[in-house]
Amino acid sequence: MSENQIDRNFPIGGPILEVNNISLSFGGVKAITDTSFDVLTHEIRAIIGPNGAGKSSMLNCINGIYKPQEGSVVYHGETLSKITPNIAAQKGISRTFQNLALFKRMSALDNILVGRKLHSKANFIDIAFQLPKAKREETENRQKCEEIISFLEIDEIKNTPVGKLPYGLQKRVELGRALAAEPEVLLLDEPMAGMNVEEKREMCRFILEVNDNYGTTIVLIEHDMGVVMDISDRVVVLDYGKVIGDGTPDEVRSNQTVIDAYLGVAHG
Amino acid sequence: MGNEILFFFEVLVGGLLAGTMYSLVALGFVLIYKASATFNFAQGAMVFFAVLSFVGFMELGLPFFVAFIVTIGLMILVGLATERLVLRPLVNQSEDTLLMATIGLGYVLEGLAQAAWGVEVRRLDLGIPDFPIMWIVDNVGIFISALDVTAGIVAAVMVIALALLFTYTKIGLGLRAVADDPGAASSIGIPLSQIMLLVWSSAGVVALVAGCLWGARAGVQFALVDLALKALPVLIIGGFSSIPGAIIAGLIVGAVEKLLEVYIGPFFGGAIEGWAPYVLAVFFLLARPEGLFGEKIIRRV
Amino acid sequence: MDSQAQITASAKSLKKNDYINLFFLMVFGFIVTPMIVTSDYWYTSILIPWLCLSLATIGQQIVMGYTGQLSLGAAGFMAAGAFACYNLILRVEGLPFFGALIISGLIAAAIGIVFGLPSLRVRGLYLMVATLASQFFIIWVIDKFGWFKNYDSSGIITAQDIVIFDRAYTSPMDMYLVVLFVVVILTILAMNMARGSTGRNWMAVRDMDVAAESMGVSLLKTKLQAFAISSFYCGVAGALFAFTYLKSLEPVAFDIKLSFKILFMVILGGLGTINGAFIGAAFILLFPVLLNTIGNNVFHGAIDATIISALEQVVFGVLMIVFMIYEPLGMAKLWENLKTRIKSRFSKD
Repeated sequence: MSENQIDRNFPIGGPILEVNNISLSFGGVKAITDTSFDVLTHEIRAIIGPNGAGKSSMLNCINGIYKPQEGSVVYHGETLSKITPNIAAQKGISRTFQNLALFKRMSALDNILVGRKLHSKANFIDIAFQLPKAKREETENRQKCEEIISFLEIDEIKNTPVGKLPYGLQKRVELGRALAAEPEVLLLDEPMAGMNVEEKREMCRFILEVNDNYGTTIVLIEHDMGVVMDISDRVVVLDYGKVIGDGTPDEVRSNQTVIDAYLGVAHG
Repeated sequence: MGNEILFFFEVLVGGLLAGTMYSLVALGFVLIYKASATFNFAQGAMVFFAVLSFVGFMELGLPFFVAFIVTIGLMILVGLATERLVLRPLVNQSEDTLLMATIGLGYVLEGLAQAAWGVEVRRLDLGIPDFPIMWIVDNVGIFISALDVTAGIVAAVMVIALALLFTYTKIGLGLRAVADDPGAASSIGIPLSQIMLLVWSSAGVVALVAGCLWGARAGVQFALVDLALKALPVLIIGGFSSIPGAIIAGLIVGAVEKLLEVYIGPFFGGAIEGWAPYVLAVFFLLARPEGLFGEKIIRRV
Repeated sequence: MDSQAQITASAKSLKKNDYINLFFLMVFGFIVTPMIVTSDYWYTSILIPWLCLSLATIGQQIVMGYTGQLSLGAAGFMAAGAFACYNLILRVEGLPFFGALIISGLIAAAIGIVFGLPSLRVRGLYLMVATLASQFFIIWVIDKFGWFKNYDSSGIITAQDIVIFDRAYTSPMDMYLVVLFVVVILTILAMNMARGSTGRNWMAVRDMDVAAESMGVSLLKTKLQAFAISSFYCGVAGALFAFTYLKSLEPVAFDIKLSFKILFMVILGGLGTINGAFIGAAFILLFPVLLNTIGNNVFHGAIDATIISALEQVVFGVLMIVFMIYEPLGMAKLWENLKTRIKSRFSKD
């Protein structure tokens, strides 16, 4: 379905995000070696690879949680020399995490409301005194979040502390929180990990709809090849911190190096 | 040597020797941290509890050594009860939760000790005078208290004994495995309960010895708890998991606070000792958060 | 549009309930209490210290319960506020009492920001030790630099009378009303912040800092803001505590023991709740009174007062452990549970 370029509300454009020659190591252990790829506006870009291939590290470099020793991240043609998660967020890059990074003791709604941070201008004094500005903003934010909540079909659990929710719903809340920021680029770290087939299918639907409704560019990591191939426009394959394949799902599927890596031939 | 230099050394040595007492309190803390990954805020209360019980037993008529042994037995019981009733139910909870529970434990121990033995200040006579050793005065020309020297020697002996115990014995190796991953350690047959017994006994002995040395100097009283609080900056400077770190940091804190008090204190009306260790710890925190000997922890996401 | 109407309706009804509760509490506090409570003992020994310490506990809640930064310096900031207020009234001619109170809070807030700086690098016990530095340092500075005490050699300074619009508020009931007024206003402001995006940012930092940062919440700004606001509350509470309860200014009144007491009020009351601050403060203040009454009436003074205070320590410690194990959200949560149980029983009938 991804090939239906013509039907898309937001046709794929030029590069929005480029990763150039990134190398990252932890105390001598190389996680990523000289990796480059680009992401085009409005596309769904998947990063796949076996466990430990450096996929999450790659995402963490893009939004500034890790600082790569070499290489650069270029966003809208501008090299981001000092990225922090905060700066990345302000530039319009939002994300979810592999092992769920929700605010456990807060309700689902409150979690998603935190995602509105960058659209909130009222300061603590406005809020303390409930000035009209703060009230208006709070109403707008709540409205936006309720829209997201009904889009993700989590109305029933919106007031439950997220720590008490089942895993699949937590993943959905986390997606909601990232969406609340109205990002240009959405980084999803294994959004379907640990889900059953039904949940995976629903998550795929949400991802496609986000891309189609808002034109959000999506970079997603997946460890399992199957689902991803169906929804992504292009796929980059990492193994041992290096790019071993890059192209459309069909190209990647027929790439011998990729097949070997997945079947374990190369490392026999 | 000029008088001023002699005086400097006198202050320095006095500070270092007093610092060994901080080291001892910190040592008990490190032992428990290594075994249970718990910041045992109650270590200071344990010091107070131990020495007050010891003095109390002697007041009941027990001879010195019997009272000592009985107190150690009591401290082991306290340790095991803590492990069973406080730490075990809180397994897998956040560090902050455990820390707050041990603050509660500290309150319990302080309260129990005072309820059982009363609140008046006791004298503790170890038979070691808190006077300068004349031999040193005559030969080196500086005044150093016999009690300080004894404290230094006792601390050194305890540290060496503990280091040997934990480096060369099977159970010591087990301890390190437990600290690393309790689940894995017990699954390969390391006897957790024996190790806990050993660690809490050692921590109890260390607390009692530290309490005796402090008590002999300042009297056995509630203020010991506040003194023992200074073990916290010592730990920050030394790193929570390092026995040598605790020792060296204790010495540093002891020396620095005495030197500051003597040389800078007079300009500000004194009592710099009260905060100097904490401020020193803050500077260490900003420069080297893992402490002198602690391992740097890489946070992975 | 339908859903939007629903949201605003639900948000409003929630607020409406709160305002109704608040209205009744205020009527009770400002009108009913002064009518039925005639004994000075109740004002000077229970209501005034309870309100002052509740306010300080709200401050500690903000930094610890909401933002998750372990701090043990509340009493230090209270001392800063108290002595700031004393000096402002002493040295600034014509400064109204509430003006002095607000500036005292701001001074405490500024100090709070400085001593909150380590929170940008460390957490947990490390941070607690860093805040201990502030506790000991502030008290030392006030004690050793004579200016703060107006070079008074006796060590105990009498607090000035509270004068508002040329009227001196000196009777216990007057002072109670002044304290209640300040506490009500600051509590409403704290509730607004805690429920709004300010509070959500605090809690986000508490629960998962990396994720908060990835959502654009600045850790630096949020943590220092929490320290500043927390210290403001502690500073105002300290000034009120000195002027209405102690009626004197002495640095030793703000020692580490008071900081621990406030920590206990937060934890027993319930981390991350504003009403928990009031419940916790009430418990820590009233429990000793209860023990003493039992000691006097049941055992007729046979138990020594020092033993009773030692037992009280044991009880607090045990409760702290029990709450950590079974209900980390404290007495406020127990209260909530009780309320829902009662409600469900009523709705069944």
